[in-house]
Amino acid sequence: MHSATVKPNPAAKILWFAIAIVGAWCLGVVALRRGEPINAIWVVAAAIAVFVIGYRFYGKFVEHRVLQLDPSRAPPSVLRNDGLDYVPTDKWVVFGHHFAAIAGAGPLVGPVLAAQMGYLPGTLWILFGVVFAGAVQDFMILGLSLRRDGRSLGHMLREELGPLPGIVAMVGVLVLMMIVLAVLALVVVKALTHSPWGTFTVAMTIPIALLMGAYLRWFRPGRILEVSIIGLALLLLSIWAGKFVADSASLAPIFDLDAKALAWWLIGYGFCASVLPVWLLLAPRDYLSTFLKIGTIALLALAIFLAAPMLQMPAVTQFIDGTGPVFQGNLFPFLFITIACGAVSGWHSIIASGTTPKLLANEGQARMVGYGGMLMEAFVAIMAMIAAASLHPGVYFAMNAPGAIIGTTAEHAAQVISQWGFVVTPDALLQTAKDVGEQSILSRAGGAPTLAVGMAQLLHNVMPGEGMMAFWYHYAILFEALFILTTVDAGTRVGRFMIQEIAGLIHKPLQATESWAGNLLATAICVALWGYFLYQGAVDPLGGINTLWPLFGIANQMLAAIALMLATVVVVKLKRERYVWVPGIPAVWLIVCTLAAGYEKLVGPISFTAAADKYATALANGQMLAPAKTVAAMQQIITNNRVDMAMTGIFMALVVVMTLFCLRAVLKAWRINHPTANEEPYVALADVAAH
Amino acid sequence: MELVARWQAFRKRAVQTARLCCGVRVPDYEGYVKHLHEHHPERPGPSYAEFFRERQEARYKGGGGRCC
Repeated sequence: MHSATVKPNPAAKILWFAIAIVGAWCLGVVALRRGEPINAIWVVAAAIAVFVIGYRFYGKFVEHRVLQLDPSRAPPSVLRNDGLDYVPTDKWVVFGHHFAAIAGAGPLVGPVLAAQMGYLPGTLWILFGVVFAGAVQDFMILGLSLRRDGRSLGHMLREELGPLPGIVAMVGVLVLMMIVLAVLALVVVKALTHSPWGTFTVAMTIPIALLMGAYLRWFRPGRILEVSIIGLALLLLSIWAGKFVADSASLAPIFDLDAKALAWWLIGYGFCASVLPVWLLLAPRDYLSTFLKIGTIALLALAIFLAAPMLQMPAVTQFIDGTGPVFQGNLFPFLFITIACGAVSGWHSIIASGTTPKLLANEGQARMVGYGGMLMEAFVAIMAMIAAASLHPGVYFAMNAPGAIIGTTAEHAAQVISQWGFVVTPDALLQTAKDVGEQSILSRAGGAPTLAVGMAQLLHNVMPGEGMMAFWYHYAILFEALFILTTVDAGTRVGRFMIQEIAGLIHKPLQATESWAGNLLATAICVALWGYFLYQGAVDPLGGINTLWPLFGIANQMLAAIALMLATVVVVKLKRERYVWVPGIPAVWLIVCTLAAGYEKLVGPISFTAAADKYATALANGQMLAPAKTVAAMQQIITNNRVDMAMTGIFMALVVVMTLFCLRAVLKAWRINHPTANEEPYVALADVAAH
Repeated sequence: MELVARWQAFRKRAVQTARLCCGVRVPDYEGYVKHLHEHHPERPGPSYAEFFRERQEARYKGGGGRCC
């Protein structure tokens, strides 16, 4: 509360005024310049100005007025310091940890898909979404958890809303996780389909990880840095070797797999990886992917600053009307669920109420970690948007539109895309494929390949060299595949524990996580759940991402809505009703977006229902619709769409039920004239430190 | 001299961050041993290898972990 009363000095006032002017100017250029391409630096500058102002003013407002954080209060890390899980930690260290935990493939994929509407809608949603919704969610959940001994989201929901809403939310989290794992695995499948080079390098990460695991276990225990450097060197070697595998007549066919085969390999891999001891495969991969992730994000930032590319994609394309090839649906609500991570991501509420609150040494540092960490992720999303928008739009659409629309030859694709107004020649498409060392770049939806081509071109501009573009392309693919696969391993494990917990309610022995029977059974169920959706994506007529990404977006925003509703309830319970709009408005916005998107996916022309009916009608008339060639395949597609309908329905029902629970809690707390939130009592930091 | 001290402080933080990022949840092993020594002098501290293994197991015991 103290810093709020300090009067800013004149120099600071002038500085903030200058930042505001520069930011407004850059944003004006980004938003209003039409007809000529603008430089990416304008977007970067606008983003930095918006983030800095949001952090300084809105973040501070949330800190002092809404959460009323108090630097003199002892946080859980001090109160329960056990030297293991609860440890007061340097704020930069906590920030690094928190950022590494929240930033994954999500902020890289969503903006790339949303670029089909032009760079402007997505950029604006990221900038304003993060300041008013995403960062607020992360920060507020962190703040609530700090006042509750670092408790988890589920635990806080049970405490503040009651046991039933807690269980409902946990089921939602489990289902969300299955969709996340499926859609991320599908991104890998899309990137590796018929790409012997990519498949070889990604496959090589398994023996490399095993080697690292053995090294850490027996040879040099705990020497993470050392083993990570060895692992990284081997990885780069395998990227280099991949070219020879792709060129070899005998080896290439082994690694040249179609989508279905890759899906089965991933399902099998996910099962093995999560049953094996963590030190053997999961942990070493995790080290590699974490360091590679941070390094690659830094590399991308460097490349954008040095290359300063022009944005070739128009600011707004005709596809805001919902006819886009990458994903179907209008700007509202589909932009707002397509870009989840980067603007607002429900998943973060789990992390902000996990390890981070147990490490923060002072409540005064929560804004930097919670609010600031999310702003950093939004910056990653902005960079992904720039990488996608700096590609030639013809190349972008060739890579992201499904084969059912643009066909399977460069000639046909170029013709279709040129008709949309993005004139491109077949030679340009073939040349891009050749540059990155692939046979074809057509219909590689899912974000990763597009980002990889964008990154490869940026890095190639900065560091030219013969054949280097292909190296950078496969480096980017490897980096995304590596940390997606780590998420799949770790997620399958977490899912398994959750399933065992639920199974334990029915039959107690299943709960024992050490029991092999329970372990194998729960892992099999978990893998089957996400594997089903993955396989469905692999055989989907529109390429899978088109179908599954909206489902993922709806689920992720549903969780964000739940987290923000929890924050709203607590604000009212603390009798700070006049700030109820801070979490309340973004919560309402996300509820509206998820329900609107869910409704369109259930009813109307772009719904799963319409897709199921189309195939059912064709089947009844004895016709076959591509890609199905048999009656069984037709039936499979119909069933898949019906399952997606059910999933959408479940998510919508969850949102509605949780909204009702929260409304009830808000009304009840509003009527009571004293605070009713379950905060731990105040303990002065000075008193604990004195002991 | 001051430069050396600052570099060492920076290096220590970087190592802590890196370890924490990949799951050695404790900022540092030395800190844990110190904590044990101060608060539970009767308990012998684990060796670094033991400590590392225990933390590695604990990391994947569930509870969110990472983002999409």
